[in-house]
Amino acid sequence: MKFVDEYRDPAAAKRLLGAIRSLVTRPWTLMEVCGGQTHAILKYGIDELLPPEVTLLHGPGCPVCVTPLEKIDRAIALASRPDVIFCSFGDMLRVPGTDRDLLSVKAAGGDIRIVYSPLDALRIATENPAREVVFFAVGFETTAPGNAMAVFQAKRAGVGNFSVLVSHVLVPPALEAVLASPLCRVQGLLAAGHVCAVMGYTEYAPIAARYKVPIVVTGFEPLDILQGVHLCLRQLEEGRAEVENQYSRVVSQQGNRPAQALVAEVFQVVTRAWRGIGEIPKSGLGLTEAFAAFDAERRFDLSEVGPRPEPAECIAGLVLQGLKKPPECEVFGGRCTPEHPLGATMVSPEGACAAYYRHRRTAAGQGSAR
Amino acid sequence: MCLAVPGRITSITGDDPWTRTAKVSFGGVLVDVNLAYLPDVKVDDYVIVHAGFALSQIDEAEAALIFEELSRLAPDLGEGGEPAA
Amino acid sequence: MSQPGGFSPSCPMPIAQYEQVLLAHGGGGRLMHELLERVFLAAFRNPALDTEHDAAVLDVGGVRVAFTTDSYVVHPLFFPGGSIGTLAVNGTVNDLAMAGARPLALSAGFIIEEGLAIDTLERLVASMRDAAREAGVPIVTGDTKVVDRGKGDGLFINTAGIGLVEHGLHIAPASVRPGDAVILSGDIGRHGMAIMAVRENLAFQSAIESDCASLAAPVLALVSSGVGVHCLRDLTRGGLASALNEIAGGARVGITVDERTVAVREDVRGACEILGFDPMYVANEGRFVAFVPETDAARTVEVLRRHTVSSGSSVIGRVTGGPAGLVAVRTSLGASRVLDMLSGEQLPRIC
Repeated sequence: MKFVDEYRDPAAAKRLLGAIRSLVTRPWTLMEVCGGQTHAILKYGIDELLPPEVTLLHGPGCPVCVTPLEKIDRAIALASRPDVIFCSFGDMLRVPGTDRDLLSVKAAGGDIRIVYSPLDALRIATENPAREVVFFAVGFETTAPGNAMAVFQAKRAGVGNFSVLVSHVLVPPALEAVLASPLCRVQGLLAAGHVCAVMGYTEYAPIAARYKVPIVVTGFEPLDILQGVHLCLRQLEEGRAEVENQYSRVVSQQGNRPAQALVAEVFQVVTRAWRGIGEIPKSGLGLTEAFAAFDAERRFDLSEVGPRPEPAECIAGLVLQGLKKPPECEVFGGRCTPEHPLGATMVSPEGACAAYYRHRRTAAGQGSAR
Repeated sequence: MCLAVPGRITSITGDDPWTRTAKVSFGGVLVDVNLAYLPDVKVDDYVIVHAGFALSQIDEAEAALIFEELSRLAPDLGEGGEPAA
Repeated sequence: MSQPGGFSPSCPMPIAQYEQVLLAHGGGGRLMHELLERVFLAAFRNPALDTEHDAAVLDVGGVRVAFTTDSYVVHPLFFPGGSIGTLAVNGTVNDLAMAGARPLALSAGFIIEEGLAIDTLERLVASMRDAAREAGVPIVTGDTKVVDRGKGDGLFINTAGIGLVEHGLHIAPASVRPGDAVILSGDIGRHGMAIMAVRENLAFQSAIESDCASLAAPVLALVSSGVGVHCLRDLTRGGLASALNEIAGGARVGITVDERTVAVREDVRGACEILGFDPMYVANEGRFVAFVPETDAARTVEVLRRHTVSSGSSVIGRVTGGPAGLVAVRTSLGASRVLDMLSGEQLPRIC
């Protein structure tokens, strides 16, 4: 596949690894922001191939993981209603709510349908005029344009039985929260390439300057990640803290203007709670007044579904901020596994805990931890 | 996150800019993709697709840059063989 | 997750705390295995069952008879390259083949939902007839039941099969040895992605067809070629990864696979990329892995490649001394990662 295979070339990867090895003169800690990057790092074993001086921490770039517990409970409440067809990306189905997940609701008879695109949910609404169709609009800035389009088209076509349960989060405020923590060990960042494809990267210059961290907009194939790491380390070795764009074949500095425009029309910036981290001001998206009629939280009475406490042992928040690695969690691999997860980072395949669990190294005696 | 895959536009339909749709090929598999956010793309262009939306056109000149950069790096450990553990 | 009512505090193993059976329990991965262990194997224990292999081999007056059953609940009933009918025939034929048995006969039980078009039923039965003829196995007995509308998802089929084991080999996980070569009979992922392509709300257009086929011919050729076959396993739900994990677990050995040697067709790969699927876990219906002594590896590949259905055979890895139950993959970049058992079914993702 063009623009995929050539970025997985093992010989080129070896050259980049060699360049990285020759470059580093001291230990450095980098964070890759996006779950998709974490996935690639673990799938190809990049963290194992990097020299020991380079530590990669996995950041909060997993919108599934950071969706607040209350929002999952509301999704479950909506999906349990007999009059509702609940549509969602597959990622959300196994995220644990307070006492169950959407998959259990499906088993109990809830009409839950996995969709590939938010427009599929809109189509289901037009095909089922007698039912209410709710779409779980989750994601980072990458997914916002598609979700905005579904709402925009719904209004335009007058699809009255369609609404969205919104749980959108924004990356730059999350990065600031990570970098601002006094315990933060991150010295350089690999920014999320597809988020930047939509938003551009002008937002990162102030962050790089304020926290004196180099930020490299990075793609998702092995060569992208290795080149991103190389560029980031080169800045650190040279004492620079700038924004660079490794993923230039996809990302431009200004991003996708039409996408940004529609997102700004349908959504507005709001304060959002991040599961495991807490509230971060101006870190999320909510519907604007013009589209409020499509807000499932206004259309349906969900007042009895309020904030609930997380399982005490779950340290997902610390993992998301790169303050702890999953194996440092007491219940990792024991009471908390992908089959019976305690927190969202074990559920989402991009969650650091699940990624570690699935791709964990062949530690002697660890076996397959049944 | 943000699983987005490069594919080639094989055909485009629709006059309404909001619903303009392409059939994008991913290794021979065709998916209907909304082109509203890339009004200037045409057949045979490569785009990045996320959840049924084309978000960016791949810049082929930029795409080649990484390999030019690589050729400028010092030749490394040679081909083949496992990297040092 | 809710605590199941009456959860026994003396239960040593913290299994998934679902009170109801989930779809994922049928997914072929870890959850299904937990269900099998907890409910079925615990109740039915006996030596034949405990081999936990696809077919039970019984000694009947000095003759070794293989006996197996399987049920087919696939939706849609028809998909590119096959139907629930072809699956029902080939699936059971293949379970017999995995014991190295020559399939003799099949039974077919039908649970039909009221309202199913008779024309649909005729088309399905015709596809079964064709598959049975192709496999050289007659359907000699059966049963039919009709259930109320809304209770049957169109049609469920159960097939059971008997076969003759005419070789002296003990083909089972217990025969696998460190050092054995692992051979895969062809490219993976076709069946799962063919089904995905016609699933509602995920529609994409492709030419991917299910690889559903009888594996009896190449297996019997292999078994009678003199190769000391240790174990065979056909890939079904849960894909290559699950099959390898099952053998590694059953045989208490480690397995290492070289990712570069596992073939995936480009269109299957494209479909997997879009939905975020790992081909290693995608269902197959016409592929198997063979575990043979290292010295027999080349001969095995040669024999298998002579048959169309296994023409893509190649060595993909080997059995190691351990850690027991662990399947490791050498990645294309030369690193190593664990290929774990699937947890539930793969779901399309955007993350």
